[in-house]
Amino acid sequence: MADDLDQIFVTIDHSIKGLFPEPWQPVVSAIISIAALIGVFASLFAVTTVLERKGLGRIQNRYGPNRVGPFGFLQPAADGIKALIKEDVVPYAADKVVHFIAPLAAVIPAFLVFTVLPIGRNMVLVDFDAGVLFFFAVGAATELSVFMAGWSSRNKYSLLGAMRAIAQMISYEIPLILSAVTVIMIVGSLSTTRIVDAQAGYHSIGLPNWFVFTPWGFAGFVLFMIAATAETNRSPFDLPEGESEIIAGYYIEYSGFKFALFFLGEYMGMFAISGLAITLFLGGWHAPLEALEFIPSWMWFFAKLLAIIFVFIWVRGTLPRLRMDQLMNFAWKFMLPMALINIISAAIWHFMEPGYQRWLVVAGLVAASYILLGRGLMEGKKLEKRTYRFAE
Amino acid sequence: MMNIVFAIIAAVTIAAAVAAMSLRNLIHCALALAVAFTGIAVAYLQLGAQFVGFTQVLVYVGAVAILVVFAILLTRGSEPPQQSVLSAGWIGGVIVTVIVLAVLVFAIAKSSAIRGTAPPQPPATVQQIGDALMNKFVLPLEVVGLLLTAALIGAVIIAMKEEGRK
Repeated sequence: MADDLDQIFVTIDHSIKGLFPEPWQPVVSAIISIAALIGVFASLFAVTTVLERKGLGRIQNRYGPNRVGPFGFLQPAADGIKALIKEDVVPYAADKVVHFIAPLAAVIPAFLVFTVLPIGRNMVLVDFDAGVLFFFAVGAATELSVFMAGWSSRNKYSLLGAMRAIAQMISYEIPLILSAVTVIMIVGSLSTTRIVDAQAGYHSIGLPNWFVFTPWGFAGFVLFMIAATAETNRSPFDLPEGESEIIAGYYIEYSGFKFALFFLGEYMGMFAISGLAITLFLGGWHAPLEALEFIPSWMWFFAKLLAIIFVFIWVRGTLPRLRMDQLMNFAWKFMLPMALINIISAAIWHFMEPGYQRWLVVAGLVAASYILLGRGLMEGKKLEKRTYRFAE
Repeated sequence: MMNIVFAIIAAVTIAAAVAAMSLRNLIHCALALAVAFTGIAVAYLQLGAQFVGFTQVLVYVGAVAILVVFAILLTRGSEPPQQSVLSAGWIGGVIVTVIVLAVLVFAIAKSSAIRGTAPPQPPATVQQIGDALMNKFVLPLEVVGLLLTAALIGAVIIAMKEEGRK
């Protein structure tokens, strides 16, 4: 029974495929899987927008959306209809063709990367030999769409926003990839399914065999999540949008459904990168406890995904936005050396005998580098209670 | 099937490359170039070279295209030039192109590579590429790494000097 439920989507896919003649089957199977991926993640997008607005409202002591449907949960439908019937304003001076292509170039790679994420047992659309590389390669293509949007609008603010966004994405892509390299080194493969397989099983004390429960894996996971927040332009790294200074960054001149597409692309990027974090560090679709394995694997993937989204919303409601120089200093003076040291500690972990010495050495290395680098970053900065000239 | 796919990829790539040469607006040229890079990456994938294909996208579309676009933005205005895109010396260019093409065709026709059947395609997995880079070619890899690091530091120093002079 549990196995049937676990493989229910695979079975459905096979039975629909069986209705078609032999040569059509691969095409039909691909179309079903793609439609399912787009449907599931687009509805997750709709749910997340409500959750985010409700959650932020709760943090900021207000209600959030509460008019459309029960508890405001039909708000995304209303938003979608609004975006569809709104006039699509294109600036007179804009480069019309590039202005039109930019939202598409943002959304297509955002959906493409889901093809390599294993969202359940036997549930990966394409099992590439170089899956993680595919993820990063396609993800890097979104930078170009940001530039296209910012440049084609012929607006100073949107160009500024695009420049900021690209500078930030390039800077944080390095720690993002370097922190993922540790897992690739330990597993010895770039294939997402093999990375998930390597995290199967449980320790003797009941903890699962996930990489986040090793010193290098924990440091890598934290680095990866910080870099992922910056990659997806979410608060506290949302300077490219900076509504109080450059209005909305690279999508000022987008209205109606094109704006909705950008919004969709941004959330898809967030889901995809959270999915990769789950695959690399949080054991993919594996259950956290042996006793909980009867719950289907795809449920575990989505439970972990929602947990990470919750943290993203929580962080957005809690932390203030960084300044540009703080952002760059943090990326180059802390994240990058920390990620490099983390690679070395993963290598030490790989070559030492299993046992508590390995834990002590690697954890000590990670902790020492964290403290020293943090001190270095704070050097020369006065960190005391802020005094105001006029406000007090 | 294979040939149709290849024909589509080749047509898109060549069209993008021609657009990259002939469009008036430099930014459009750079974007067309990015499309051409992607087309080449897809051609690699079709040949079964996954690693090379993905690296092509990562390096050329993700980094080189962005670099080209930034270079254009920082060095000149985004206004399209008024004069023709063809420079006055285009006849000379055509002559040089024809000569180079003739030499290439001659060399390829003479070489032994096109005679006889092609050897069976070796399955180049990422694992094999990694093994080769880390064992057989570790010295060239390190030399390249050193060279690139030196170039990076040099670039930073050039950029820093300008700021100190103010």
